Amino acid sequence: MTPFEYIRAGSCDEALAAAGAPGSAFIAGGTNLLDLMKHEVMTPARLVDISRLDLAGIAPTDAGTGAGTGAGTGAGLRIGALVPNSELAADPLVRRRWPLLSRALLAGASGQLRNKATTGGNLLQRTRCYYFYDTAMPCNKRQPGSGCAAREGFNRIHAILGASDACIATHPSDMAVALRALSAEVELLAPGGGRRQVPLAGFYRLPGETPQIETVLEPGEMIAAVLLPPPEGDRQIYRKVRDRASYAFALVSVAACLRMEAGRIAAAALAFGGLAPMPWRSAKVEAALIGEAPSPALFDHAADLLLAEARGQGHNDFKIPLARRTLAAVLAEACSEEMPA
Amino acid sequence: MHVTLKINDSAHDLTLDPRTTLLDAIRLHAGLTGTKKGCDHGQCGACTVLVNGRRINACLSLAVMHEGDEITTIEGLGSPDALSPLQAAFVETDGFQCGYCTPGQICSATAMLEEIRAGWPSHVSASLDGPALPTEAEIAERMSGNLCRCSAYPNIVAAIRLVAAAREDAA
Amino acid sequence: MTRHLKLDGPDTSRRLDGMAQGVLGRGEPRPEGALKVTGRALYTGDRQPAGAAHGALVRATITRGRVTALNAAPVLAMPGVLAVIDDPRLVRHSGPGGQPNPPEADARSVVYHGQPVALVVAETPEQARHAARALRPDYAPEDAVTDPEDPRAPVDLPEKKQASTGDLDSAIETADVVIDRSYRTASMSAAAMEPHATLAEWEGDRLTLHGTLQMLAVARAQLAAALQIGEDRIRILAPHVGGGFGSKLGITPETVAAAIAARQIGRPVYVVCARPEALEMVSRRSETLQRIRLAADESGRLTGIGHESLVSNLPGQSFSEPVQQATHFTYEAAHRRIVHRVARVHRMMAGPVRAPGEAVGATVFECAMDELADRLGLCPVALRLRNIPKAEPVSGRPYSSNMLAACLTEGARRFGWDERHAAPRARREGEWWIGMGMASAVRVNLVMEAKARVTLHPEATALVETDMTDIGTGSYAVLTQIAAELLGLPMQAVATVLGDTELPKSSGSGGSFGAASTGTAVYLACMELRSRLAEAMGCPEPDLTLKDGHAIHANTRRPIGELMGRALMQAEGHVTPGDATGKVRQATWGAHFAEVAVNAATGETRLRRMQGTFAAGRILNAQTARSQLLGGMIWGIGMALTEELVHDARDGHVVNRDLAEYHLPVNADVPALEVHLLEETDDWATPMQAKGIGELGICGAGAAILNAIHNACGVRVRSFPATLDKVLAGLEQAEAEAAG
Repeated sequence: MTPFEYIRAGSCDEALAAAGAPGSAFIAGGTNLLDLMKHEVMTPARLVDISRLDLAGIAPTDAGTGAGTGAGTGAGLRIGALVPNSELAADPLVRRRWPLLSRALLAGASGQLRNKATTGGNLLQRTRCYYFYDTAMPCNKRQPGSGCAAREGFNRIHAILGASDACIATHPSDMAVALRALSAEVELLAPGGGRRQVPLAGFYRLPGETPQIETVLEPGEMIAAVLLPPPEGDRQIYRKVRDRASYAFALVSVAACLRMEAGRIAAAALAFGGLAPMPWRSAKVEAALIGEAPSPALFDHAADLLLAEARGQGHNDFKIPLARRTLAAVLAEACSEEMPA
Repeated sequence: MHVTLKINDSAHDLTLDPRTTLLDAIRLHAGLTGTKKGCDHGQCGACTVLVNGRRINACLSLAVMHEGDEITTIEGLGSPDALSPLQAAFVETDGFQCGYCTPGQICSATAMLEEIRAGWPSHVSASLDGPALPTEAEIAERMSGNLCRCSAYPNIVAAIRLVAAAREDAA
Repeated sequence: MTRHLKLDGPDTSRRLDGMAQGVLGRGEPRPEGALKVTGRALYTGDRQPAGAAHGALVRATITRGRVTALNAAPVLAMPGVLAVIDDPRLVRHSGPGGQPNPPEADARSVVYHGQPVALVVAETPEQARHAARALRPDYAPEDAVTDPEDPRAPVDLPEKKQASTGDLDSAIETADVVIDRSYRTASMSAAAMEPHATLAEWEGDRLTLHGTLQMLAVARAQLAAALQIGEDRIRILAPHVGGGFGSKLGITPETVAAAIAARQIGRPVYVVCARPEALEMVSRRSETLQRIRLAADESGRLTGIGHESLVSNLPGQSFSEPVQQATHFTYEAAHRRIVHRVARVHRMMAGPVRAPGEAVGATVFECAMDELADRLGLCPVALRLRNIPKAEPVSGRPYSSNMLAACLTEGARRFGWDERHAAPRARREGEWWIGMGMASAVRVNLVMEAKARVTLHPEATALVETDMTDIGTGSYAVLTQIAAELLGLPMQAVATVLGDTELPKSSGSGGSFGAASTGTAVYLACMELRSRLAEAMGCPEPDLTLKDGHAIHANTRRPIGELMGRALMQAEGHVTPGDATGKVRQATWGAHFAEVAVNAATGETRLRRMQGTFAAGRILNAQTARSQLLGGMIWGIGMALTEELVHDARDGHVVNRDLAEYHLPVNADVPALEVHLLEETDDWATPMQAKGIGELGICGAGAAILNAIHNACGVRVRSFPATLDKVLAGLEQAEAEAAG
């Protein structure tokens, strides 16, 4: 770890002011930041401790949060940025109305990490690309312009969608995949008192030529909360495919939030993890499903649309059939008679 | 930096490099070496301690962020002459071999049983609505953040089940 | 006084059967258990003496070449930095397992990516680590071959590891059925939970070193040679070791670095390896490429066995994964050929890891046997039973004991093997294909030279002392039990002190030989004490009963303190391997049965249940023996499903050098496992009839799982581990073929 100055913020204003200095980073749970700081992949000169700010509440909101225009009725939810993953997963309201979010959280990391990792921090997790983590290797995300060691290297865990010549890393979060399917928005606080709301759809950026820039966060901006609109579907599934039964990152994951009416798919929101530099969602896929009666052929068609642009890097070619098959399995389960509504 | 850590009900006044992790503060500065370092990156669970009753990886937390917290380490759960129920169960079922991951396993299990008691669901829970039960599958999933290379897993699960069963009897 | 025994033949006296205390064999809890579960057991990293400085290794970022300039000056100016150690005695890699010769010095000469080239010493661990990262040596790189299958890689064929009998080619030509398949196993890590660590302290010209080491005498010899000082100037302590599995058999680079640094700065120096160092610098199990050829008649009788292997190691290393070790004696066949190739590549050193040889060799062989059974339409258990030799093939030596048939038969019965569907894809539950598989387990049995000292105190307590280690293997428990049983004392009356080179030199821990070898030394010392007590009692030793601190003969019962004249009594036991090794084939035996579920959509495999039935001589502690076997079986799960140390094809470096991406099995990967131990009396296996048990559980275990995957979904994965991408490829292929 490189030396840094430590500042404990007593309020959001204090935190935002302190983070104005160049080289500053916020720390809350720290489970990913400290991991990367120990490897000197991240080397902030100043750490602003926001862990004690009053951003750890979970509260229902009016239907009119501005987040989404779902047909569902009832209130949305405001999740403070500092709510630990474990508390969010166990929250009674989340379990009842957004079980997809609970399931995604519970599929991630370990009991210990979930107790420390926060909602805001989870969104900002960095990739698990081996070469990003290894400072002896070139990496455009870590050191812009140095090259990508993964493209010609071992790229079994890497992206098949949304990658660029500069970077083929994936986003590792499970939670963010669920939030993407649930049409969440992120509330941001800016230095000087600005406050804005960004749909998760627009929060992440594809790598392009600048893989070091992963989100639309401006310097010094802080995540204050995640806002959930009422869920659009009552059939919610998170399916994570990984290399061991627990405590491993997703090779492929699918978050599904569906509603059935009279044997047809009335609403469908699908997001994918492990495939791309950010939680992936395809309007085409969803449009193809809505209004249709479920069938293997329909699911296959949806997979065709999802994977039309997919490109393997060699070791990760298997993710293309894996994504297809996992999507079909999830849709079959979500549309089945047995699926509890 | 100066920081006061409350570990096992004792206050430790420490002067620390801000880089010092909670794990290193506990081990090297407070001298409580029962908590182990297996990976230093939150990938093995050997450093598990309880902070305000919750289990966390002490390696992925800065000591200076824990002023005022109630920290409990393996030394605070029991001593060789007065083992905690889980400590005794681990001895009884041979829930360890080399013993290196064991303090983390026991701290983790101590808090994990409270999570079950609080009704927290897990990845393998059939329903999110509970009740949470200490079955073999539930315990195995909830303890998967604690690696054991000697692979005492079946005996670890057996030890935890012994204690969980005794609690149910008592309840 | 020393009682010495050279193992030249069987010992049929079976004296342990005549003992009265009744503690040996029982599942006694580990005596050190309370210390371990309360965090009071002190491992190397827990010593924390006042005034210790902390070292961090600087590691090469090239694969091969030389450090031309270290560029230490800016690092020496960093806060807290005390020294940059650049001593020509620094070693490049770990010491060889079990041998006294030291690792190669001259760390400036780089032979693999990640090799240590220097040590930075600072006041705090944070300062040392940061400074070590900041040090940027200049290198003169050279070309390096890192892939064992690269045609440019030099290949050795060690003469002792080649064998041929009869005419395998003809046997294959004339066979009814032939299997000819190639398999791969991955490079693997021991990944003990305690990373390698050293604390070195000098007092004058004497070095006291706490280390994470399995064999202290060997480590001392290696360290003395590396430091170029006399062994008598070094004391090594390791009372508790957090797992080893072969990775701590010899010294490691930080051992030498810490000793040199402590001398140079005149303070105690700690070097605790970070996890990536343990994964990419210490040692690995070599990957293997194995070709198995089996020739059989239509009844399933083997006529030919071919087993070729390609393994790898650094140039100059004498160790090569002994893949075919058990192929020589597991199954009958008149025509046999074994070819063993070692590719010289610039990857991290390969060394012994739990069950070197059988873990990968027997496992792959058992996969081929399953393919043969499948081809023959024969039950896989029946195929094995049909081919068990009456005596060791080729040599004609008798087996000291061969329990393979008993393990297969009893294991099959207990598992419910007869419920298995012979054809794949016959059982489906929802998305999951269900299948069963099995494999034989076999592991050579070794005994090493060992000494131990036992002191009997007149107040009816005893002290066992030896430089033996307990790396989780249960040494404290079984050595205590042996002494308690023979001396007629309760467990609590016997104290066992281990892990100190000042004590009699033991076998150390490794190769499953620890308990039987060092245990026999304790046995011999105790037998000497029994003889003296018998003399005092006025009876022949075999007629003496010792129980609860009393000596009993005929109608006399006297406290042993009285017999001892209130003076303590001490004896040393010393066992050396002898001619027995050449006269018989000694091994341990078993059978694995597994049931898996394979997801038809994703190719994920979940082990549902697994059962191992084993015979390994006299069981010294039923509980720790079971734990060892469970551990071995779970290593088999990792090998079968999750574990692979990935080497980058360009420079050989370990890509997945952390525990998030090197996938050890986690608790949720392991269902309830069953272990059954069959009674076996093997009089060739030391006077205790005890054999090794720490490695048997992994041998063949992975094959039972891969064979079960085939039985479940029809996919043969011939590359370990069977990760879901490999299964998925098979599922896709089968579906494409079915679709025509």
